Amino acid sequence: MITLSHYIVLGTILFCISVAGIFINRKNIIVLLMSIELMLLAVNTNFVAFSRFLGNVDGQVFVFFILTVAAAESAIGLAILVALFRNRATINVGEIDSMKG
Amino acid sequence: MSLNPTVLLVIALAPLFGALVAGLLRNQVGRIGAHTVTIAGVALSCALSFHVLFQLAWDGAEPYNANLYTWFQVGGISAHIGFLVDKLTAMMMVVVTFVSLMVHIYTIGYMDEDPGYQRFFAYIALFTFSMLMLVMSNNFLQLFFGWEAVGLVSYLLIGFWFKRPSAIFANMKAFLVNRVGDFGFLLGIAGVLYFFHSFDYATVFAHSDSLVGKTLDLVGGTPWSAATVICLCLFVGAMGKSAQVPLHVWLPDSMEGPTPISALIHAATMVTAGIFMVARMSPLFELSETALSVVLFLGATTALFTGLIGIVQNDIKRVVAYSTLSQLGYMTVALGVSAYAGGVYHLMTHAFFKALLFLGAGSVIVAMHHEQDMRYMGGLRKYMPITWITMWLGSLALAGAPGFAGFFSKDAIIEAVGEAHRGWVGSYAYFCVMAGVFVTALYSFRLLYKTFHGAERFVVDMHHGHDDHGHHESGHLAHAPQESPWVITLPLILLAIPSVLIGWSTVGPMVFGDWFGGAIHVAERNDVLKELSSEFHGPLAMVLHGFAQPPFWIAFAGFVVATYIWLFNPAITAKFKAALKPIYSVLVNKYWIDEIYQAVFARGSIALGRALWKGGDVGVIDNVLIDGTSAGVGRIAATVRWIQTGYLYTYAFAMILGLVFLLGGLWWVVGK
Amino acid sequence: MSFELILFYMFAAVLTVAALGVITVKNSVHAALLLVLSFFTASALWLLLQAEFLAVALVLVYVGAVMVLFLFVVMMLDIKAESVREGFVRYLPVGALVAAAMLVEMLALIGVKSLAAQALPVDPAAGENTAWLGKALFGRFLLPFEVAAVILTVALIAAVTLTLRHRVGVKSQNPSGQVAVKPSERIRIVKMESVNKGAPTA
Repeated sequence: MITLSHYIVLGTILFCISVAGIFINRKNIIVLLMSIELMLLAVNTNFVAFSRFLGNVDGQVFVFFILTVAAAESAIGLAILVALFRNRATINVGEIDSMKG
Repeated sequence: MSLNPTVLLVIALAPLFGALVAGLLRNQVGRIGAHTVTIAGVALSCALSFHVLFQLAWDGAEPYNANLYTWFQVGGISAHIGFLVDKLTAMMMVVVTFVSLMVHIYTIGYMDEDPGYQRFFAYIALFTFSMLMLVMSNNFLQLFFGWEAVGLVSYLLIGFWFKRPSAIFANMKAFLVNRVGDFGFLLGIAGVLYFFHSFDYATVFAHSDSLVGKTLDLVGGTPWSAATVICLCLFVGAMGKSAQVPLHVWLPDSMEGPTPISALIHAATMVTAGIFMVARMSPLFELSETALSVVLFLGATTALFTGLIGIVQNDIKRVVAYSTLSQLGYMTVALGVSAYAGGVYHLMTHAFFKALLFLGAGSVIVAMHHEQDMRYMGGLRKYMPITWITMWLGSLALAGAPGFAGFFSKDAIIEAVGEAHRGWVGSYAYFCVMAGVFVTALYSFRLLYKTFHGAERFVVDMHHGHDDHGHHESGHLAHAPQESPWVITLPLILLAIPSVLIGWSTVGPMVFGDWFGGAIHVAERNDVLKELSSEFHGPLAMVLHGFAQPPFWIAFAGFVVATYIWLFNPAITAKFKAALKPIYSVLVNKYWIDEIYQAVFARGSIALGRALWKGGDVGVIDNVLIDGTSAGVGRIAATVRWIQTGYLYTYAFAMILGLVFLLGGLWWVVGK
Repeated sequence: MSFELILFYMFAAVLTVAALGVITVKNSVHAALLLVLSFFTASALWLLLQAEFLAVALVLVYVGAVMVLFLFVVMMLDIKAESVREGFVRYLPVGALVAAAMLVEMLALIGVKSLAAQALPVDPAAGENTAWLGKALFGRFLLPFEVAAVILTVALIAAVTLTLRHRVGVKSQNPSGQVAVKPSERIRIVKMESVNKGAPTA
């Protein structure tokens, strides 16, 4: 019998994996973006599970919107990445520190 | 029969009118217009003052006491402008306006060549107005304003020759020292207001007994008698204005002003305002034995020790100035033994003969082309006989020669001191006034001999032109000294008459009678003058009696010593100087009081100001609060700057770390 | 153990392993492909929850569009694996530690045990998941839905603008410039002197 906690634990594990991914792939911006996608996936899984558990459609509507915004975010993120690579000939995050105070 | 308030208003306002015309329209009215209008104003004032005095003294008019104008009312306390004219006031009014009139006339001659002629007349007329408002006041607030106004005019007149640095120093000094006194005076007035809820003399004096037994908790938590505190505060004001030790330092320096104002302000009238004030406050002072003892002690000290300085001074005006200090001390002594009438009486006689001496000194100064040093004078009696004779009369009055005005007043004071029961302070005071008599004779006759007798110690250089007045070497005159014009000698003669004669007719009623009536209140146990009055059998008897009394012989001894030293054997002074070098240097340096004040108060104030400036303003406010704030923000910003590495992963790391901590904290909170 | 539970564990294991692969593999292309796998398994898990519409949408949007974009970018950009992987080993312990700490904290906060006993209720949509969701989207959430559409449009335009560039030296037509041209820009009338002074004759 599948319970709510199965999904929640799975979502938590997925989220923590993506956090670790952000940590260890600090130089590779593509994998960073992928980790963020994974994080969103973990959150979405939770949303869907709760929606199902509570019998409330709002959770799934929320996931729908997250998917929309995440798609937009990926598109713009990758576009920035392309523009960045075109200008600096690198996507190494370690070489991008224009925001240094 | 009562006094006409319009007359009183005219008395006060006529000099003010003259001052305004002479001061504000000085270019329009010119020199002659300026002195005409001010003299007319003061003469009117003087004539009406005499009229008021006669009304009060002979026609039996009731004392006038009424408010003419309400300045403000606040919290149940109202401030008025009003007049209280009783015999004490009337006497002061007569003295003030008469001396002022003499000085006005005299000024025509003395200030003849001065470019600030109209300004001077405006000032002295303004002074007369202020002084009249002071003495005619019927409440403490108006008294204080008059007090400050005369202080202001005194400041302006001491610094009249404002291009002289010494004059500016002197008027600043006078102003600052008087501020010290005024501070006490203001506290005293505040104390009066606190206990009586009124500024009005009549109200305060009527309820003065309510002060008995009341105490004030001052520093230290010890209860002080309210009467003592109030009286001492008021007396601090009197000390400032009447130049009592230790606030006397400004008066000798005030001689930087023109001589007429030395006579008017710094001898006859303003400096006696303190004496007048204490006499006026006699119902309060009678409540405090302690305060009276302090008054007595300081007065006696002033009387003797400032007189001693007078012996070694060479500036003719300074000798007279120190003698003024000494005589003010005598008046204060009289107040201290509750012989208010004696003090005020000495105030009156002193006003005449001291004004005479100052104006005479001024006459000499004019003749010597503004040379004031007695070492370059001598033998002037044959050049200026009127000045010589009047100065002799004034000096005899000052020294207390029997029959002269000063004799009656001073003798009354000395006897009152001898009669008073004040323990060791009384003995000390008695010694001081006795020794003071000798000192007075010594410096008075020294001045006369050095100025008018003996060999001429100046050289007349005929070849010098007239136009270099005031620029000559000391002791060199462009032409021989000559008697001053009539505008100078006339006031001398007019002042010499009361200096000689006034004692005969007035000493009986004013000192030993009850002439002042309700104006002066003396407690039964303190009334020394009443005790003395039983021995008073008319002025002639007093004069005859005076020949047998120690003061006369002491003064005579002073006269003999002075005559021997300075008339017959001037060379001996050098030997005295050598023999008594320590004492001489103490006196020449005026007990180093100026130096001590300079070192302690002046330097102290500067050091305090510098400390506040460097430490407080620059150190704390500028460096710490203002610059420190901005620098602190800058430092904090510089410190937190390293967090902003610019690397994306640092921000991500910070976010995740924050999330970890947030969750941990939440867990901790929920887990409880 | 029911069949569904077995399926759940299977998909969950695949998902976890794929996710770990995404963050650890050297090659970015492999990472992207592993991410595709993750999305597929997640989609399967959502199907287990009877959320068919979202499961399909996930596959269509992510696998069909976003991941293709990822792969496209990864392949287009010439990324040297060595430079972007520097510090990988150095930060591994920190990342693992932070992730583990977070996992413990989250699980403790959620209170897994208290939820473990609760079985999923009967599907409220009763098998009509798409209709259920559609009614909500086009009913209560109509305005947000339209806003989401605008956001997508803006993102599209932004992406195009960001990547657009004019290269120098490329001989392409400029139709708007051609249309806007004026005669004065095409013909220049030059004044010349009519007399030919001493020109050499041929």
